[in-house]
Order: sequence, then C-alpha cells, then structure tokens
Amino acid sequence: MSQQLMVDPVACSGHGLCAELLPELIALDEWGYPVVDGQPVPAGLHRQARRAVTACPALALLLQRKLRDSA
Amino acid sequence: MTANITLPPRSARPGPAGRHPAGPDWTASNQAGSHPTPSRPEFQAQDRLPRLLPPEPGTPPTLAAHLGRFGGLPYRGGPRLLIASVEAAGLTGRGGAAFPVHRKLTAVDSQRRRSIVVANGAEGEPASNKDKTLLWNSPHLVLDGLQLAAEAVGADRALLYLHRHQGLHERLTAALAERAAARLDRVGVELVEAPPRFLAGEESALASNINGGLARPTFKQPRVFERGVAGRPTLVQNVETLAHLALIGRYGAAWFRGLGTTAEPGSMLCSVLQADGRSGVLELAIGQPLAGVLALGAGVQAVLCGGYHGAWLRPADAAQLPLTNAALKPIGAFVGAGVLIALPAKSCGLAETARVARYLALESAGQCGPCFNGLPRIAGALADLAGRPGQRTSPQTRADLERWAGLVTGRGACHHPDGTVRFVGSALTVFRDEITAHELGRCTATSRAPFLPLPSGTPVDESDWR
Amino acid sequence: MNGITSTTALWYASRATGVVSLLLLSAVMILGLVVNRQGRLPGLPRFGAVSLHRSVSLLAVLFVAIHVITAIADPYVTIRITAAVIPFTSGYQPFWLGLGAVSLDLIIVLIVTSLARARIGRRTWRSLHWLAYAAWPVAFAHSIGSSTDLQSGGLRTLAIGCALAVIAAVGWRIWRSAAARPRFERAASTLDDSQQSLTKAGRS
Repeated sequence: MSQQLMVDPVACSGHGLCAELLPELIALDEWGYPVVDGQPVPAGLHRQARRAVTACPALALLLQRKLRDSA
Repeated sequence: MTANITLPPRSARPGPAGRHPAGPDWTASNQAGSHPTPSRPEFQAQDRLPRLLPPEPGTPPTLAAHLGRFGGLPYRGGPRLLIASVEAAGLTGRGGAAFPVHRKLTAVDSQRRRSIVVANGAEGEPASNKDKTLLWNSPHLVLDGLQLAAEAVGADRALLYLHRHQGLHERLTAALAERAAARLDRVGVELVEAPPRFLAGEESALASNINGGLARPTFKQPRVFERGVAGRPTLVQNVETLAHLALIGRYGAAWFRGLGTTAEPGSMLCSVLQADGRSGVLELAIGQPLAGVLALGAGVQAVLCGGYHGAWLRPADAAQLPLTNAALKPIGAFVGAGVLIALPAKSCGLAETARVARYLALESAGQCGPCFNGLPRIAGALADLAGRPGQRTSPQTRADLERWAGLVTGRGACHHPDGTVRFVGSALTVFRDEITAHELGRCTATSRAPFLPLPSGTPVDESDWR
Repeated sequence: MNGITSTTALWYASRATGVVSLLLLSAVMILGLVVNRQGRLPGLPRFGAVSLHRSVSLLAVLFVAIHVITAIADPYVTIRITAAVIPFTSGYQPFWLGLGAVSLDLIIVLIVTSLARARIGRRTWRSLHWLAYAAWPVAFAHSIGSSTDLQSGGLRTLAIGCALAVIAAVGWRIWRSAAARPRFERAASTLDDSQQSLTKAGRS
C-alpha cells in the first residue's frame, strides 16, 4: 500500500515542524512553507511520516493512499 | 466594491467569423444519442451561427420570442435521461476548465442526497464579457438549460450566481417572472449576488460564498459535487454551458456536433479585444483559425489567449493556430473561457503584464503561503522590470522571477497561482527582447496608456469577499 | 504540626499533587500559547514546543488523576467519586471542590479531543480547544479556595507566580495576534514591501 504526503495549503501556517521531523521528504521554501514532492512514502519512513502528521499543530499534513491525478 | 467595468453588455457582432444566415435554421433533427460519423472533416462550415446569441443584436429577449425561435422546453420526464445526449454531444464546460459535462452530471446524480444546481455567471475575469452578454441577450436559453440540468440530476433547487449589475438583475428578474407566469419552470430559481472578485466563480469559492461565508476557495475535500451548497451535492455549470445544454436538449447531439472539431465539438462565445481597441463578444465554432478572429497585422505586438490565466503568443505563432485546446495546450496556452486579445505594438507588453500581475496578486485570497508570498513578489519584480524608461534594473530580478514562478505552481488550494505563473511565464518568453531593452534602460513602447482592461479598486477587508 | 501518619498520608498526597498539578497546568497553558503563535523556545527545534506541550499535558493529567483519587480515597473527609466530575455535589466544601470538578471536566474534554484530533477534524478540535482558557482559571480558583495551603507563605508566592506567568503569556499572545496582518491584507502588504525593497536595492 503506497501512501503519499499532502499539505492542506489553507490550514498550513508554516510552523515548519514537518520539515524538522521528516527532512528526507519535506523541505521548506524561502517563506517557511513545506514543499512535498508527491512521491510515495518509502516503506522505512512510514512511521516518521505518521509522527509528522500527528505533530502538525494545524493538522495540515495529510497521509493518504496514493491517487492518480484527477481532474 | 463595484468593479469598474463600464462597458454595457455587448450583443453579438457578426465579426469576420460568421455571416448572418438567411433565417434561423432550427430544423435539425433531434437525434438523441446518435454519434458522429467517423469520416467527419476537422473544421465544419459555419452557416449555422449564431446559436446562442440572437441573429439581430438588440433583439428584446422575451419569452415569446425565445419559444418562437427555439420551440418549447424539452423536459425528458425524469433524471438522467438527458445525460446520454450530452455525452454523445461531447459538451465540455465553457467556464474555462473544459470538463466533460456528462461526467459532472453523472457524478452529482449518483450522490445519495438531493442535489442543487448553480448556474455560474460570476465572470471574475476582467477581460471576459461573454457570460454577461449571454445573460443579457439570451437569458431564457440559460434558464432553460438550468431547468434541464436540474431535471437531469434530480435537483429541487436552482441558483443563478452572478456579480452585481443593476440592468442585468432587472432583466433576469423579468425573465423569471415571465417563466413563472407561463408555469415553465419546475424548479424555483434564486438570484444570488457574487462579490466582484476574480476568484468568486471558482467552484469551492462559489459554494463557500453561497453558504454565507467568504468567496474563497477551499481545499477540495469533500468536493462540491459531494457536499457543496447547504451541504448537498451541487452541480456548478457555467451559464454558457447551460445554454448549450438547452439546445442539445432540443436538437440533439448530432446537431451540436455540426460545428467545431470532432475532439472539441460545438460553438463557443469569445470576448475579443482588437489592437485598435474595438471589442465585442463573438460566437465562434471551435477550431476557428485565430487569424480569422483577431486582426493580426503589423500593428499587433502579441496575442493573449485564454485571459489573465492564459498565455501570450507571438503574432506569427498565433496566425498559424486554430482555437482548440489540441493546438494550444502543447505550446502552453489554452482556450479557457474564450478571451482573445491583440496587444498593439505601441503598448509596452511588459508594463501591461505587470499591471495585470499586480491585480492578480491583490486578488489572492490570502490563504495559502506560496500564493500570498509568491504572487506579490512576482508582481513587484515585474513592476520593477517594467519600470520607467531610462531606469536600469538588476538582472537578479529576472532570476528571482523564475525561481518564484517555480515555487508557486501547484502549491495553492486553487489554480490561481498556477494560472498567474502561466501568464507571467509566457510574458517572459514573448517579451524577452523588451525585457532586455528595459534592463538596459530603454522601452520600445510609444504609448503608456493602459490597454488591458482591469477593474479599479482592490479588495481591502473581509466585506469585499462576501 | 501533625506528622504524616497513615491516616493523613492520603490527605497530604492530595494536597501535594494538587500543587504540582497547578504548576504543570500553568506550564501547559504557556507552552500552548507559544505553539499557537509559532514561537520557539530557545535552544530547541520547532517541534520542541509542540512536543513539550503534549508531554507536559499528559503529565499534568497524571498528577491531576492522583490528586483526585487520593482526595476521594482519604477517609478524613467524605468526597464521593461522582463529586469529582459532577460539580457542586460534594459534601465537603461543595463550592470550591465543585470548581475543581468543573476544571476536571474541561481537562478531560481537552485531552480526549486532542488525542482524537485527527478523527474529529480540525475545526471541531480548534473550537473545543478554546475551553483551555476556561479550564485554567477555574483550576486556579479551585486551588486557592479549597485549602489554606496556597493562601500564605512560599506556596502563595508560587501561586501568584503561576498566575502572573500565564497572564503574561496570554498578553503576549494577544499582542502578537493584533500585530499580525489579517489575511486580506497579506498580499497587498507583501506587494508594498517588495516594491519598496526593490526601489532601495537596486539601481546600478
């Protein structure tokens, strides 16, 4: 089961915890907002990904089953 | 805040694309569900235009005239029955996204709760007048389509969402009164006012606003077709799309495909602004060569295709292209809501782009970090590049622009940042020589008068988004 | 001064854990305010404040639980179990203990909703979390009213210190949010800032 990380851009206020907890997959842009690449989360990082999702104070980080691009 | 769009609604002009038919030819057979034959040539003859707009501009849009021209409103007698025709016709949304209409109808109809239909006339794009023109000239076609769409998805409520315009509101109220007297409508229609924002017509912003909140996009889960207005499945269709629906309901899929291309059938309304300043709304067959719509002589510097989320094209390129997504998307442009503008050579393309970029930045909903950080910086850099002649600018500015454009795309809740980047990116390509000149302190324009239409006034506080 | 005998041990335990609970709850409030305004604690990464807020609140719940249980179990005064959650039904000091019950109820809501945050959704969770602004003052009132411990000496100084710290943190939060730009102005003010900085930066 592959999962991907997504950011709810409306909820996100740039706390930046996600990038600290999961630097392998999340980087911050020059304004402090997370950049995720939309690739599936590697198996070894699932636990850290879930931890980052729980830690987000704004509940803006989501871990979802990987979807194909839809209209 | 009212938008300073002082142009009165324009009726159809014959334009170079179509000629007046001898009389309306509405005798095409109603072959619901039939499919086009495979050996169809790419571009159909146009002798059946106009369809949506009246053949004589300024015809009073009475119900009697409407029924006389088109015949009665063809209710099917139950939900879903119209969807097969719509699928066979290949109708796509005319609000800009060109999403297949039958898929939207099916998606809303298949929800368990009773649905609502919204006719979206909130034409936030300043350069676009086609929806207002359609509602002004052919309100009954749109209202017919609204009823047919409501029947197709089993809705019990219908709304017409549009920006404030006194004359238009009166005309629509009168049209609804005529229909009520004739007991034509099965579902009551409410007129809802949209705030004069660029994003007001975006689906989730529309739903949020109608629900009593601000006209700002939401992160789309759940989607509007599942839970939209009043928490119910909501079908949102552009008013032009509904007008086409009203005609497909009468004359069928094969008739609809009588114009346009096989992949992109039908006609569409375009808001056209020529380089000499003449403007109007034309009804064209999709696939019409751009050179037949815009006068592309020596006085034209560039062509803007698709509005302020569209792309600039060089005139030589535009002259080769037809008005189809199949031809435009591979070069980074798109048909969108049919805005076509020819920029005169005397204007500064960079300054015009900077003006629009500033407008787009100020129309950000201010929700998503990449958007409200990136768009104003992009606009600021463009303004700096456009500058005043004789003022040198830093080459760092262009590098910053390109970096910010990359940072902003795809990271908002809606497509506002993406569209803005498409617009700005195309300007950086098409006006490359002009940028170089500006970096050296020169400008090739001879007129600094603003050309591209923009409303005056900017959103200042919360009430501007209601 | 009575020594701690086997019969008074529970009573002393309840009072002691009560004091610690007040300290911990005050710390939770301050940490929560820091997280809300995206502040950073010196020397710690960003997730330090969030992590501490979470850990200290769980620790506070533990101490509050011990405080309540020892008070109920103590034979010296009669406090029914139900009086811990149903306010103002205790036989002993109904008013001040009632306040304790109110704050315990609020704390339970805060903890349960925070543990189930992902399931109840962001909006619901945020609205309910505002109850923290009610829970702490009520707990504080309960602390100073239900026994004389905090009304004199070193413990009184401690209680005043907690109150001042929480009030200062709330004041800081209000000041920071008043200074922040409202959403509608964000793009416009960034536009002004960027144009000003470009004008300064760079005519070569």
